Amino acid sequence: MAVSRLLPSQEAEDLLDLVRDFADKELASRVDEHERTETYPEGLFGTLGEIGLLGLPYPEELGGGGQPYEVYLQVLEELAARWAAVAVAVSVHGLACSPVAAYGTPEQVERLLPDMLAGNVVGGYSLSEPQAGSDAAALTCRAEKVSDGYRVTGTKAWVTHGGIADFYALFARTGEGRRGVSCFLAPGHADGLTFGRPEAKMGLHAIPTTTAHWDGVVLEADRLIGAEGQGLEIAYSALDAGRLGIAACATGLAQAALDTAVAYAKERTTFGKRIIDHQGLGFLLADMAAAVGSARAVYLDAARRRDAGRPYSLEASIAKLTATDAAMKVTTDAVQVLGGYGYTRDFPVERYMREAKIMQIFEGTNQIQRLVISRHLAR
Amino acid sequence: MEHARPARAPLGDGARRGERQARVNTGGRRLTMKSGINIVVCVKQVPDTATVRKLRAEDSTIDREDPNSSGVLNELDEYAIEEGLRLKEAHGGEVTILTMGPAKAAETIRKALAMGTDKAVHLMDPALHGSDAVQTSYAMAQTLKKIGFDLVILGSESTDARTGLLAAMLAERLGVPQLSLANKVVVDGSAISIHRVTDYGYDRVESSLPAVVSVVEKTNEPRYPRLKEIMAAKKKPVTTFGIADVEIDPGRIGLAGAYTEVAEFAVAPPRAAGVVVKDEGDGGVKVADFLTSKKFI
Ligand SMILES: Cc1cc2nc3c(=O)[nH]c(=O)nc-3n(C[C@H](O)[C@H](O)[C@H](O)COP(=O)(O)OP(=O)(O)OC[C@H]3O[C@@H](n4cnc5c(N)ncnc54)[C@H](O)[C@@H]3O)c2cc1C
Repeated sequence: MAVSRLLPSQEAEDLLDLVRDFADKELASRVDEHERTETYPEGLFGTLGEIGLLGLPYPEELGGGGQPYEVYLQVLEELAARWAAVAVAVSVHGLACSPVAAYGTPEQVERLLPDMLAGNVVGGYSLSEPQAGSDAAALTCRAEKVSDGYRVTGTKAWVTHGGIADFYALFARTGEGRRGVSCFLAPGHADGLTFGRPEAKMGLHAIPTTTAHWDGVVLEADRLIGAEGQGLEIAYSALDAGRLGIAACATGLAQAALDTAVAYAKERTTFGKRIIDHQGLGFLLADMAAAVGSARAVYLDAARRRDAGRPYSLEASIAKLTATDAAMKVTTDAVQVLGGYGYTRDFPVERYMREAKIMQIFEGTNQIQRLVISRHLAR
Repeated sequence: MEHARPARAPLGDGARRGERQARVNTGGRRLTMKSGINIVVCVKQVPDTATVRKLRAEDSTIDREDPNSSGVLNELDEYAIEEGLRLKEAHGGEVTILTMGPAKAAETIRKALAMGTDKAVHLMDPALHGSDAVQTSYAMAQTLKKIGFDLVILGSESTDARTGLLAAMLAERLGVPQLSLANKVVVDGSAISIHRVTDYGYDRVESSLPAVVSVVEKTNEPRYPRLKEIMAAKKKPVTTFGIADVEIDPGRIGLAGAYTEVAEFAVAPPRAAGVVVKDEGDGGVKVADFLTSKKFI
């Protein structure tokens, strides 16, 4: 049954209806096949763009959907409930658009953003390096100034949509220290740019995650976004919003696991009754429902603060931590509810459990979220 | 209205297998067409087939205002809308949505507008409650006469009542040709031709406009609404008519005067087990017999 949601407008209700319908028909029907065979869903992002789902939280004047974060995140939640890999890639695309939207010159905004928000081009976000994940400031990929722009040399890691995306928000060093990182809008294909074999991951199989090798790739000067040295500020500003995206994906995943578990528990009987009527199992389901509800509540609270123009960095970290831990717990318990069947690939809950794990890791591990939260407390 | 009933084409003549032709006489009616086609797509809100559907105990009608039941756009109507939009994209003109139903049917209008149609007409009146197919066709025809059209497109049936009669009744009442069960629609100037789905392939049926066309499932791939259209839908004109606005005689509509009556209803029994063929050396023949009896082979 559809999740009952409080939405701010009729338009948002209609949008969510559309998304549910689309996700049932185009995602739920294809997810198993693509996740099993580790094949990219060709054409899907084109359709997502056509419908208008790749620029939702950006202003209409810039070609976006003009939707508040409160609505955008609930869309991500619905997508993730069917296909986490796709929802994550949609969230990453949104993240990849944000440097231009927030720090681009009017000329860059006008030239670059409409195609990005319409989804005519799909983006990746390339901050991490093999030795620099949580400690992003330790990145070493260089962008050396040359006469006609910058020459990029180095290795980036963990690029969602790597090798497939049309552009990357790329972070590379133009100097030393925390103020030595700059942000570029790099092309997806260029002389000297190669990608590693997709990582053999636990989940999110349909969307490749790769390393990217920049071997003296020359970027024109107007691909620099913001000022030289402003890169980490740009990266971190985008991450607050990105964390909310992951919180929403995790909530969708948890909701899907809960729905599957409840449906199963109403069908399966042991000792002469439905397993949901055994109090020991009914209470497990109740805890799962409470975890899903609280995950949704915290991310929506943070989103509404963002929509109201209030600070929300602390709340974004709380939401990411709460929702992804909830998803891990709920998906693990969903496997428990289905017993031995839950451990097989005949049911989706083992997939949900594998997918939930990554939510606790990327866009700032949950240890890093605690670091952010405790620093806020120590102020 | 006259139907030429040409002989059945011999089967198996290559690419044109199963194609036969019919021309429908339109009696030389004049078109309202100036630039582009004035297309009206009739749509209906129906109970979601995925939910348990109930009739109201007091009068055996579908509860169309139940806030808990999710009404959806009749699936076949999505093909009708898509066909209308494609014809508009090819020839210019306008696509108007026409629906008859209670206030809740506005949800369906919004969805149809979000697919990219231009405007909508909502025929809504308590007096219409319980109207059967004959009465509904009268009410819809009155409305169509009022708003004008070159081409009326409908889904070939609704998933709730499933009478599949409306297109024929409308064409008769409007005095225009009916081109039914189309899975392909081509308009050329003021001529229209369709492929009518048959057991053996298709018939090609032609007429001039104005006309009524009903389309079958999988005629096309209905587009998803787009966010931009959802936002634009708010600004598109929706005209609501009561029965007096379109000169509907209250005596000719409504449950009391309906030609059909639901005498009794019951929940369908669970699906029975399938036919099991036991192979005693003649299994293949038995399976073939079964498939033949179901017209699969
Ligand atoms: C599938 C997938 C997709 C990804 N997509 C992208 C992407 O699109 N773009 C991108 O830039 N990156 C992406 N990443 C990278 C991801 O953000 C990093 O993996 C993550 O930030 C963790 O970095 P790390 O793997 O280097 O772990 P490390 O930083 O080495 O951390 C190892 C462990 O130490 C803990 N730890 C580290 N520092 C501290 C501390 N100060 N206090 C307490 N504990 C600490 C961590 O929590 C973790 O448990 C992706 C990763 C994966 C697996």
